[in-house]
Amino acid sequence: MPLYHTEDQTMLADTARQFMADEGAISKQLRHWRDSGCKDGFGHDLWKSLAELGFTGILVGEEDGGLGMGHVEAGIVLEEIGRNLTPSPFLTSAVAAATALGAGSKDLKGRYLPGLLSGDSVFAVAIDEGRKHRPERIATRAERSGNGFRLNGSKTFVIHGGSADMLVVAARTAGGDEDADGVTLFAVPKDASGLSQDAVKLVDSSIATHVRLDNVQLDADAVIGEVDGGRVILDRVLNAGRVGAAAESVGVAGGAFDMTTTYLKQRKQFGKLIGEFQALQHRAAHLYSEIEIARAATIKAQQLLDAGSEKAELMVSVAKAKAGQAAGLAVREGVQMHGGIGMTDEYDIGLYMKRDRALAEFMGDHYYHAQRVAQLSGY
Amino acid sequence: MSDLENFRQEIRAWLEENCPAEMRQPVRDEDDVCWGGRHFEFKSEAQKAWLERCAARGYTVPDWPKAYGGAGMSAAEAKVWRDEMARINARPPLSSFGIWMLGPALLKFGTEEQKVHYLGQIARGEIRWCQGYSEPGSGSDLVSLQTYGEDKGDHWVVNGSKIWTSYANKADWIFCLVRTDKANKYQGISFLLFDMESPGVSTKPILLISGNSPFCETFFDNVIVPKDQIVGELNRGWDVAKYLLGHEREMISSTGGGDRAGSLGAAVSRAAALEDPVLRAELALFDVDALAFTAMSEKFMDEVKVGRGHPAQPNMMKYAGTELNKRRLELVMAAGGSAALEWDSEASGGGSNARNWLRTKANSIEGGTSEVMLNVISKRILDLPGA
Repeated sequence: MPLYHTEDQTMLADTARQFMADEGAISKQLRHWRDSGCKDGFGHDLWKSLAELGFTGILVGEEDGGLGMGHVEAGIVLEEIGRNLTPSPFLTSAVAAATALGAGSKDLKGRYLPGLLSGDSVFAVAIDEGRKHRPERIATRAERSGNGFRLNGSKTFVIHGGSADMLVVAARTAGGDEDADGVTLFAVPKDASGLSQDAVKLVDSSIATHVRLDNVQLDADAVIGEVDGGRVILDRVLNAGRVGAAAESVGVAGGAFDMTTTYLKQRKQFGKLIGEFQALQHRAAHLYSEIEIARAATIKAQQLLDAGSEKAELMVSVAKAKAGQAAGLAVREGVQMHGGIGMTDEYDIGLYMKRDRALAEFMGDHYYHAQRVAQLSGY
Repeated sequence: MSDLENFRQEIRAWLEENCPAEMRQPVRDEDDVCWGGRHFEFKSEAQKAWLERCAARGYTVPDWPKAYGGAGMSAAEAKVWRDEMARINARPPLSSFGIWMLGPALLKFGTEEQKVHYLGQIARGEIRWCQGYSEPGSGSDLVSLQTYGEDKGDHWVVNGSKIWTSYANKADWIFCLVRTDKANKYQGISFLLFDMESPGVSTKPILLISGNSPFCETFFDNVIVPKDQIVGELNRGWDVAKYLLGHEREMISSTGGGDRAGSLGAAVSRAAALEDPVLRAELALFDVDALAFTAMSEKFMDEVKVGRGHPAQPNMMKYAGTELNKRRLELVMAAGGSAALEWDSEASGGGSNARNWLRTKANSIEGGTSEVMLNVISKRILDLPGA
């Protein structure tokens, strides 16, 4: 498959670009919700609009009422979300949680997917347990109890956890903390007794929670997929979330880069446009090159994932690492090239820097994924 | 079965029958590369037979038209050909600047007569070409070149010198940028072809830091070039040169990290245990960049095929690919340690790591320096002011 968008995908990209530039713009969404102290950190009206456009059903199968598309299409939407820093639960709900639910029972799908498709529900994924992403280690326990399970443990960095109607929780039903096997995924409703969440506002104004699971009693029908067989679904969720985050990073990088090159063509110092200085030109050209490469790696990973290729996992890590590095460079160069104004809250470039920082940590930074590339390559 | 699948079976069967076993071994050194030309000494009968068999069917240049020595394959068929070649690790039957560089320029700018004559020779590996671009005073600022062709009615008399002419001492003919109008900088250069055995042509190999001499100085002393040996219009050679530089940049970028299959970290750790965690980390970060660049190369080629992508994108590919390749060899040297320092021992393959490492330093100089590439990206892609 050629590494560019098909006609249909190009049309989707046009729609997403236009919509996000209008409705998802920084002034309308990010700044608005941030400055009004919104407890969710995003707007539910926009979330419903994304549903009306069909976007929330991109990764939901047609038999379940979704569009049955793939990661290329989800990535198209995420790139525009990234470009406009649009706060929304798209990545957590329509990508990560939707992927988990795709492996769930008919009953679970019937319970949760309609709300996703209509934009009435928000979901979160609770995987990490420490400061750094390390899903190889799951210590949260789920023990058999009655006709179901009792969960104990804690989770961190649960984006949109406080706004979510349901949390996908990775817990251990067998084996030791580091074992690959013995993991089970649960769909935990927000009002489950024993579930408590402390909300924290993050550097990018998104809201995450620290989750405590204190004897949370769940029925057996809360299990997503097979008991003890959750690792394979978790890997699918991670692949989806990581390649989605990579696409969003490419968008963040592109947005910051566009702002910066525009500024280079406007700002005058020493009687010249600063874009005339070769010291800045070469750095801008290098940055362009890095972003292009990150975009290519991301599309490649999306396509491999959609094709069910065994090489997908490696390329997903390449994409997450490369896109994270390219976006990191884009926002650092962006702030530096803007000079003093880049340090002001009034100017948007700093918002890109903040979003990039949070996105880099989500589901593994470039250190984690470079390490993974080494492991998957056999060294 | 689809037509393309039939075609694949045909190619597969033909390769099975015709590609000698020796030609399915990896290329170990320069001697294994078949450059063709009047004075080429084949390393083996297999190398010669492989070239002749491919040339007879147009397979040295599969996507050139049959009338010009090619096999007339469509883009899809040519990909099948490359895939099937790769499947059995077949060596290219012929490597040549004629195929990579002059050919594309002739296909675009040549007259029908020139195409039939020169392209046929290239396809059959009869003539080995070299490229006369850079001059002692004109490197990155190529357009300032001074080699002059004086108009003498039915011919030019060329005087001047070129430098960094790859394999000029082994080439039969040269495609050469020559000033034909001293008053016009850009529109005063012509693209001339002439025989390196012409009276007045001499070459002198340049010994490089790698210990090899792939480049020459080339001198022209009253060299007579007939008027029909010009490609494109008089004084419009810069257009041809620019077009060709695009091809050269693509070619150099594709030799960068991109096309090397597999992980560098895995390769060096097979040779010796990686005991240094910081070096291992550097290798992992390199592998991320190399795999990402591989995807970029694939995307770039996909876009070229359908005429998408920015026309200046080869400059970006050249920049990123060559910088990556330099980094690759830095890591190869670091991982190799003192063993990689050996210069001529048998164990080191005649110092192949050290020599390759030094050779890669030219990647970001030849065919336009990285700095020139960044200038071009700034100007043509980013549209930055005054660039």
